[in-house]
Amino acid sequence: MKILLTGNPNVGKSVIFNRLTGVDIISSNYPGTTIDYTKGYFNLEGERVELIDVPGTYSLEPSCKAEEIAVQMLQEGDVFINIIDATNLERSLNFTLQLIKQKKPMVIALNLFDESKHIGISIDVEKLEQILGIPCIPTCALTGEGIKKLVMKIKDARISDIVFNNSQRWTEIGKIIDEVQEIKHKHHSFAEKLRDASVKPMTGIPILISVLFLTFILIRLIGESLIRFVFEPFFERVWSPVMIKLSGFLIQSEFFHDLLIGDLVNGNIDYGSSFGLLTTGLFVPVGAVLPYVFAFYTVLAVLEDLGYLPRVAVMVDNIMHKMGLHGLAIIPMLLGLGCNVPGALSIRILETRKERFIAATLMSIAVPCMALQAMLFGLLGQYGIKGLSVVFGTLMLVWLILGLLLKRIIKGTSPEMFVEIPPYRIPYFKGVIKKVWMRLKWFIKEAVPFVLLGVLIANVLYTLGVMQFISRVTGPFFNCILGLPEEAAGSLVMGFLRKDLALGMLIPLNMTLKQLVVASVVLSMYFPCVATFSILLKELGILDMLKSATIMVLSALITGGLLNLILTVILN
Amino acid sequence: MISLNDLPVGKKATITAISGGYGLIRKLDILGIRPGKEITKISSQWMKGPVIIRWGNTDIAIGYGMAHKIMVEVK
Repeated sequence: MKILLTGNPNVGKSVIFNRLTGVDIISSNYPGTTIDYTKGYFNLEGERVELIDVPGTYSLEPSCKAEEIAVQMLQEGDVFINIIDATNLERSLNFTLQLIKQKKPMVIALNLFDESKHIGISIDVEKLEQILGIPCIPTCALTGEGIKKLVMKIKDARISDIVFNNSQRWTEIGKIIDEVQEIKHKHHSFAEKLRDASVKPMTGIPILISVLFLTFILIRLIGESLIRFVFEPFFERVWSPVMIKLSGFLIQSEFFHDLLIGDLVNGNIDYGSSFGLLTTGLFVPVGAVLPYVFAFYTVLAVLEDLGYLPRVAVMVDNIMHKMGLHGLAIIPMLLGLGCNVPGALSIRILETRKERFIAATLMSIAVPCMALQAMLFGLLGQYGIKGLSVVFGTLMLVWLILGLLLKRIIKGTSPEMFVEIPPYRIPYFKGVIKKVWMRLKWFIKEAVPFVLLGVLIANVLYTLGVMQFISRVTGPFFNCILGLPEEAAGSLVMGFLRKDLALGMLIPLNMTLKQLVVASVVLSMYFPCVATFSILLKELGILDMLKSATIMVLSALITGGLLNLILTVILN
Repeated sequence: MISLNDLPVGKKATITAISGGYGLIRKLDILGIRPGKEITKISSQWMKGPVIIRWGNTDIAIGYGMAHKIMVEVK
């Protein structure tokens, strides 16, 4: 049997799916999180049934990709579970009535039922059941209330016999609402006042700036504390002695020693420049980057589940319009600050080809992922704010200027923002933990192998003399326009694989601050890492990806060249 | 009759007409924004940013250009 979970976006479908199947899927407090559908299984009275989480839509007359997928999937279902937002009964019923026209057995879950009572809405569930002729079960997905009953009612699923003219749908809904719903007015709660204040410019802009500032402080605080109190002590006191022992073992076999441990600096492991698989290869992703990735995703998950991100989208909408995007395009940018891969995946929430192209290109070029940022802090932090502010300032400027240009160059339309802004909700603690854990798992699965592979390839290329060859051939070019030493070319090659590793390769080169700044900017901009690239290739198609990549390389070289010129003039 | 952009923030009004094509009318209708509906304007942004309106417990952000085509009447 195939059971389909259907409903509007952001009504808790994903949480109910999790409750029923125990499969991990990410739910967020903004519309459009589930565009790919998710499948799971659970046990219904001894029978293994398939449960499909259909992307949330408002309508079954397809007008966008998510709706098309949803409508197609409906044909295959045996039973529908329609999740209704009890705090938005009228709007939800619009979808329910469309679903009824599909003539399949249905049950309805009135989710967020506790919240609806809380804000003064009372729904006569029995009467609703009578009118629709479908079992209705109040649920609260977060606490799990009503879920068991929902499962038990699946066998009572009915085809509704309600008759109405499709063009008179809202009139019909109006009649139903009059009979089953009563609203008592309550005084504005703090959450409601905050809800309004955070989207009015006078209060919203200061709130936005404070939130961003606080986010930044928190990420650095959590990340740095983890490094100082957990990861550094671990690598120094536990891992280093083990590696020194291993080094003693491997002294016979130079090849394996070089590969696993790398070079010892004064008889000790130097995680920055030893460059062995088990030293630098492990330290970069785990010791330097992971703490910041954890910090970033924890803070972001809280903001997401709170429902703040769509409000950010509203506040930045007019800036984004100047770049051929609308406010929601801030979501790929924010996600990209953690890791460009989820950022690249989320460009799907944008409707047109033009928007997706601009968002993908801008994110790849000017949004440094947390791994890159962590290495930037490590590389430039010793010079104080000077180097870092130039690097981040340049990236921001590039983001703006390139956006303004792309809006004019790229053909196509940029529709306007039209999106539901969900109410604030207290983040569900377990949900936040699960989300952070899943994204970390993703990072470990994606990043660590690539870094290890990168170290391996770098070692092999150096041993074979290929890297030296590339440096000799391309080095003069980079030296001429970017003012970088020839050896930096090797790091640019490695940047195709992992940006953090590429920055790590700059450490032993003893470059000047100016060179470090230029190299950092160029490395951040010139190409996405291979993981992001493969996603973008799928999302944009080969032709657009080729165009986007050309823009990336050109803008990196132009920006790097200009920066080199300007800094040389200023510093002299 | 004024456009949604000209409606003062905090005011309640009834939607009287949507002066756009079928696509726009349909897009708005899906989320329940249709002639006859009573809404409250929650906020507007500087420099022609989106307008936020509320009906029931739903807040919806609508781009400036789109909001310009939604005509309302203050009660």
